[in-house]
Amino acid sequence: MAVVYEKTKGLTDNTMHYCPGCTHGIAHKLVGESLEELNVLDKAVGVAPVGCSVFAYEYFNCDMHEAAHGRAPAVATGVKRVLPDNIVFTYQGDGDLASIGTAEIVHAAARGENITVIFINNAIYGMTGGQMAPTTLLGQVTTTSPYGRDAAQAGYPIKMSEMLATLEGVHYIERVSVHDVKHIRQAKKAIKKAFENQVNKKGFSMVEVLSTCPTNWGMTPIESLGWLKENMMPFYPLGVYKEGE
Amino acid sequence: MEKVLMKGNEAIAEAAIQAGCNFFFGYPITPQNEIPAYMAKKLPKVGGTFLQAESEVSAINMVYGAAGAGARVMTSSSSPGISLKAEGISYIAGAELPCVIVNIVRGGPGLGGIQPAQSDYFQATRGGGHGDYHLVVYAPSTLQEMVSLTMEAFDVADQYRNPVMILGDGMLGQMMEPVSFEKPSERELPEKDWATTGCDGSRPRNIINSLHIDPEELEKMVDRTFDKYEVIKKNETRVEAYNCEDADIIVAAYGTTARIVKSVIEAAAEKGLKVGLIRPITVWPFPYDEMQKWAEKEHVKAFLTVEMSKGQMVEDVRLGVEGRKPVHFYGRTGGMVPTPDGILEKLETIMGEVM
Ligand SMILES: Cc1ncc(C[n+]2csc(CCOP(=O)(O)OP(=O)(O)O)c2C)c(N)n1
Ligand code: SF4
Repeated sequence: MAVVYEKTKGLTDNTMHYCPGCTHGIAHKLVGESLEELNVLDKAVGVAPVGCSVFAYEYFNCDMHEAAHGRAPAVATGVKRVLPDNIVFTYQGDGDLASIGTAEIVHAAARGENITVIFINNAIYGMTGGQMAPTTLLGQVTTTSPYGRDAAQAGYPIKMSEMLATLEGVHYIERVSVHDVKHIRQAKKAIKKAFENQVNKKGFSMVEVLSTCPTNWGMTPIESLGWLKENMMPFYPLGVYKEGE
Repeated sequence: MEKVLMKGNEAIAEAAIQAGCNFFFGYPITPQNEIPAYMAKKLPKVGGTFLQAESEVSAINMVYGAAGAGARVMTSSSSPGISLKAEGISYIAGAELPCVIVNIVRGGPGLGGIQPAQSDYFQATRGGGHGDYHLVVYAPSTLQEMVSLTMEAFDVADQYRNPVMILGDGMLGQMMEPVSFEKPSERELPEKDWATTGCDGSRPRNIINSLHIDPEELEKMVDRTFDKYEVIKKNETRVEAYNCEDADIIVAAYGTTARIVKSVIEAAAEKGLKVGLIRPITVWPFPYDEMQKWAEKEHVKAFLTVEMSKGQMVEDVRLGVEGRKPVHFYGRTGGMVPTPDGILEKLETIMGEVM
């Protein structure tokens, strides 16, 4: 019988710990497939963050380095400077990348580090139990914005892709979503391109993936896919924010 | 071997390069700025990489990445910067990676000052970051020793897969002395087969990690590193005992203060005071046995610890002496350096009490 679909070699056989319906798993699959298709698994070094994907080092089938909260871009810089011909990537949540690790991502981007950053924006802190993230939408209820995020008290959500795209060091930034099949296909293209850029030594590439957190949003998986589409997508428009030559 | 007149900070940087350190990540802070400047100038010429990070937090995490990828890597800073590096140092110790961290100590707490101090002793010898761990901490007292200990530090880090700290101070960093760059003893070093260099199928994939969510597993990991620390204590503890054979009082001091004490010893002899010096070269592991050995001698009547702090090492000296003899303390802070006269006066007071 012809094989129609196979699990990517880019992921290990370990059972993932993500909640049912969480889209972290989809993003993992797209990263694994990209590494496999580009035939770079043997020289990939991934950097796992702190957050729900803290165990990413158990899932990606390549050498992995676990980093402190927010510091993945600095760790990746250290790895990449030692091993310029390897493929180095970070996988980070929004608390990790847009809050505690803002300086690290801004400066890795400004330096034009030839790394690939996969940025999972689920508008909330997942692992610690649903606190407000820098990406939490105005009015969104979280455990630390129990009356809905109020700009006067908690400031405005940060649009990381737009912000980082202003930096000269950046080669490629695209925001994608994984809430339906069509968008997952587009996300895959973007992620693969972000790795291809690194292979071709084009410099800093980041893909922001709009993702769901059914558990902390307090919704069913289906409801959260709808919530992402209706609430996140208008505020975080999809598309390419920067692409160099 | 040829001697060159160099500034302490530059001597450390040159020693590191000669020891095969190819990667340096740092962030400016006085009084250690000559180290990154030297690295920025020299490393590219020997095929190495210097990178000025956006912060100490970032610098130490770049070290974490580079060490994980198997490189010989160093960072340097001074007190407030080392506090920021504490996060990364804890992760590096947890992941058992080799690297060298230089702390050219200045007065604190807070922004403190920019003059020499020894007030980071607790931070250096007790880990400094969160969790149960230790660094090997060398406390050189001459520039020549700064050179040889820096070279040694890279080997010791590789041998035990543990971060090593060079604990200097603003005085040692800024002063000039002639130094020669002789390689320390050759050690047999293990392969870095754990490094994340990309896994081509010829080995299982490597994971650099300090997370052990299973409590039993974490306890096992901590126990294992503490077994390693026992080996380090046994093999790497270093100390100099100077003029102790018939001393009435033994002074304990390290680094810059130990130099000053050495000159006090002569002046004291002229006044008929027999004074010895125990100088820890490793402040972790601390030479408790040496303290105990001399504390047991009948001719030794008292100990005096001299530090540029409010008395941090004095606690270790007391642990070594274990109540056998009185332990006194004399210290200056804020960047003030103890004067020979001040130390001598303190010695005379103690003699008056014990004799
Ligand atoms: C220094 C530090 N501060 C705080 C934490 C606690 N912490 C763990 S995960 C997390 C939030 C992660 O959120 P995000 O990056 O959005 O990832 P998600 O869990 O949503 O996937 C926090 C604050 C930590 N581990 N380290
Ligand atoms: S808490 Fe949220 S982000 Fe984390 S695994 Fe569960 S659903 Fe996914």
